Order: sequence, then C-alpha cells, then structure tokens
Amino acid sequence: MKALPLLAPPGKDGAGIGGARLTARSATAMKGGMIRGFLLLLLCQLVGEALARGLGLPAPGPVIGLALLTIGLMGRNTWRPMRDEEVANSDVGRAALGLLAALSLMFVPAGVGVVQYAGLLGEHALALSLALIVSTALTLLATVGAFLLVKRWIGGEAA
Amino acid sequence: MNSFRLWVYLQTTPLFWLTATLGAFLIADALAQVARRHPIVNPVLISIALVAALLKFSGTDYETYFKGAQFVHFLLGPATVALAVPLYRNLGLVRENLLPMVAALLVGAVVAMVSAVAVAAALGAPRVVLISLAPKSVTAGVAMAVSESLGGLPPLTATLVIATGVIGAIIVTPMMNALRIRDYAARGFAAGLASHGIGTARAFTVDPVAGVFAGIAMGLNAVVTPVLAPIVLAWLT
Repeated sequence: MKALPLLAPPGKDGAGIGGARLTARSATAMKGGMIRGFLLLLLCQLVGEALARGLGLPAPGPVIGLALLTIGLMGRNTWRPMRDEEVANSDVGRAALGLLAALSLMFVPAGVGVVQYAGLLGEHALALSLALIVSTALTLLATVGAFLLVKRWIGGEAA
Repeated sequence: MNSFRLWVYLQTTPLFWLTATLGAFLIADALAQVARRHPIVNPVLISIALVAALLKFSGTDYETYFKGAQFVHFLLGPATVALAVPLYRNLGLVRENLLPMVAALLVGAVVAMVSAVAVAAALGAPRVVLISLAPKSVTAGVAMAVSESLGGLPPLTATLVIATGVIGAIIVTPMMNALRIRDYAARGFAAGLASHGIGTARAFTVDPVAGVFAGIAMGLNAVVTPVLAPIVLAWLT
C-alpha cells in the first residue's frame, strides 16, 4: 500500500504530543499532517471515481473511495496494529473528523437549488410534501423494524 | 465607486456567495445550539432559508450563487470518503450487526421508493415527477444520476433529496424515542438509509455509533437503489 506513511500517527515529528511546545517545526509538521490526511482522502476518491467510470460500477466514486480507505486501514492494522486513539489522531483521522464535523454545511448549496423549482414544486406541493413526509416516516420504521427483528431472530444481544 | 455599484459588483462574485453560505450556516448552527440541538431547529433547513431569502432579495440567480457555493459543495466527495475512519474504528460493532444490516437495507430501500411513488401517484403527480421522486432517499449525486437515466428531472430530484434529508433529520429522534428504541446501531442505520447524509449528520450529533451506522446505510443505499429503481418504477407506473 502506497498510502501507508500517510497513516503514521502524529508525534513522530513533534506535533500533537506535549501540545504546549508548539515550535515552528512542530507547527509545520501539523500543517503538513492535515494536508497529508486530506490528500489521502482525495486520492481514495480519485481512484474510486476512476474505478466507477472505468469499470462501469453501479456505486458512485466517493462510496468506492470509502470502501478503499476502509480496506486500506484494515490492511494497515494487520501489518502494524494501531490503538483507537492512534487512528483518531493520525493525519487521515484528523482530516476525516474535521470534515465530518462540517457535514451539514455541505448540503446547503444543493439545497438552495430549491429556488429554481419553486414553480414546479408549488404546482405539486401537496402531493410531494405528503409523499416525502409519509415515505420518510415509513422508511425509518421499516428499516429500524427489519434491523431489530433480524437481530432478535439470530439471537443478538438486543433480545 | 458608490456603494450601490459596489454592491452590484460584489453580489456577482463567488467570494460573496461563499461567504454568505458560511455565514448563514454559522447563524443557523448558533440557533441550533441555543435550542440545545432540538431536531426541529435543523441547521441545514435554516441555512437554506436564509440563503434563499438573500438570493430573492438581491435578485441573484442560482448559477451565480453556485459559482461561490461550489467550493463547499465539492467537499461532499472527500467527506463521504472520510466516513471510512469512524467506520473502521467501529468495525467490531459492524461485524456483529452484518445480517440485520443486510435485511434493513433491502427492506428500507424498497419501502423508500414504493411508498413515495405510491403516495404521489395517488395524489395525481405526473410520471416525470414520480421518476424524479423515486430515488429521494439516496445521497444527492447518485439520486440525480438515477433520475436522469430513467427520464426524470435531476435538479428537481436534488431538491426532493435535500427535503427528505431534512424531514428525516427532524423526525428520527422523536420517533425512535417514542418507540423506546435504544439500539443506536439500528437507529443510525434507519436515519442514514431514509435520509442519507443529512440524516447521518444528525445521527453524529446524537450518538457516535448512530453516526457510523448512518454512514454505512447511506453508502450501501447508494449502491442498492440505482439497481432497484428501474424495477420498482416499471412495476409501479
């Protein structure tokens, strides 16, 4: 795996450990770490997009990238086991948690697209809003029901 | 340059709309915090309302807005990849729940499409709207591709997807609490399956395990719905 050095826990080069001593060198290392983590996320997405297009896979590129990064982390763990906080504090761990903390924000631009369809939406407002509310509630119920039923059935701890 | 001309200039620049998007979100998020993350005070919904009002007030079209907002929109891709980290950190829990997840995925994906199309069809929505509605529980990029390949209107689908996400994020917590469901793996899985990334973002604010399972459900549904959508639509319409 080419990406292995990117998963190195921080502290190796001074950043993250003994936080008070933030020297110029460790500040640079921290910045480099963020960029390395973000680069690994972009690389996984890029390979995912290439595979999705190239092989005509039904899954979208970022979802394949998600699978690739998970497999990469699992492979890395068999080669050199990492404790949970080492994963969380690794370059890619910090970049990932930073991005996920802002996940809600990323839906705003697509959501504002509603302004373009005010006419069409208004015309079918009742049908669409009822369909969305009823369907979302039913989907939540059916999904959680199927999950818990099968878990109980196979004798999971939920029983 | 007088202030009116300065404003006319600024409102056409990407910088202005990127700033407005972040600013609107911070206001919305502060409101959600004041409301102690009550589900009804949904930061995505409030941000969209604030930005949409600003667009209307300034007479700006969506294309101009998106030139600035695309930088935020772009991050959805790497953020989806980033779900691998919490997924990996909870791999043991995921392995334990493999069979329940498969069952919930198939049941949920079918119910999401059939129920939405059936209700809208009964209320007289035309075929093109039904096609655009069918993939509404899947993450926006995938749903738009499904809609396009089956003859729907992708931008309408994007709007319905976001609305579904907001509705799911608002109702999931009160619903699961009312049903006294304390299995956060099951709760999160339902949130991510029914309402994709917005449900996942909500799940992460409630419980980290719920967030992980929501992310998995979102990813799996993005694979299953494109396969099932043509079958379900052919059968229903």
